[in-house]
Amino acid sequence: MEAAWQEGLFFVFATVITVSAIGVVTARNVIHAALFLVATLIGAACIYILMFAEFVAWAQVLVYVGAIVVLMLFGLMLTRAPIGKYGEYDNDQKGLAAIVAAAVFGVTAWVLIDSFEGVELPTDRVAATTSKDVGEAIFSSYVLPFELVSVLLLAALVGAVVIARRDERVTSRTIDAARREKAREEDV
Amino acid sequence: MPLSYVLVLAALLFSIGVYGVLARQHAVLVLLSIELMLNAVNINLIAFSAWLQDTGVPGQVFALFIIAVAAAEVGVGLALVILIYRNRRNVDVEGLSLMKW
Repeated sequence: MEAAWQEGLFFVFATVITVSAIGVVTARNVIHAALFLVATLIGAACIYILMFAEFVAWAQVLVYVGAIVVLMLFGLMLTRAPIGKYGEYDNDQKGLAAIVAAAVFGVTAWVLIDSFEGVELPTDRVAATTSKDVGEAIFSSYVLPFELVSVLLLAALVGAVVIARRDERVTSRTIDAARREKAREEDV
Repeated sequence: MPLSYVLVLAALLFSIGVYGVLARQHAVLVLLSIELMLNAVNINLIAFSAWLQDTGVPGQVFALFIIAVAAAEVGVGLALVILIYRNRRNVDVEGLSLMKW
């Protein structure tokens, strides 16, 4: 790929990412915030493709855009957030938050620019970094972390079900107790 | 293209996420901001992976692990949000001061 093309496309995607990320944290409509997040994630996937990581880019689109954002939308609906309406979702420490975020950006950007000055990214793939190599790496050098991630996902799945599940037994017992209480009051 | 362009973009995305976590009140919107920060880290990993191509693909592998951990985190986080909603009828993080000293 031509260096000029790579740089031009990078700036296009960087603009998309920045604008939609600011949309995520400032939108006054919860659904708009989730859709801005979709734009940010797809922009990031395009950056991954520019950096020769096609497999991660597609995993990002499938897992993040396909699953995580849908889960977020479910969360917004189940908590009866006012969908389609505009509301105030910011707290009263906006100014302080902006100062902290600007300080974080200033310090990290300064350190990064200072330490990676003059380092150029390659404009083309110079070594074996295709999806095939990613697969080989996962199932050879990184097979133990890979299995640990499977266990983590299983634990998170079971944990989410246990936490979010309504305990029918306890609920019916409390209802029974309330009913008995009421009957006793009526007797008196 | 200089490597620092990508790193500064990731730093910018991370700081926007920090702002969102600190300034948002609705718990699901806080989770969205955390996703922004995780994505900033992923962009960094992929950039270093593209720079250090001779060392193989560890950056891409770790980006995949972060995506998986983010999925697990969102699942448990939303379960907690729904439980809080069921008990309190709203999910404002400001009201959750029960365990605050």
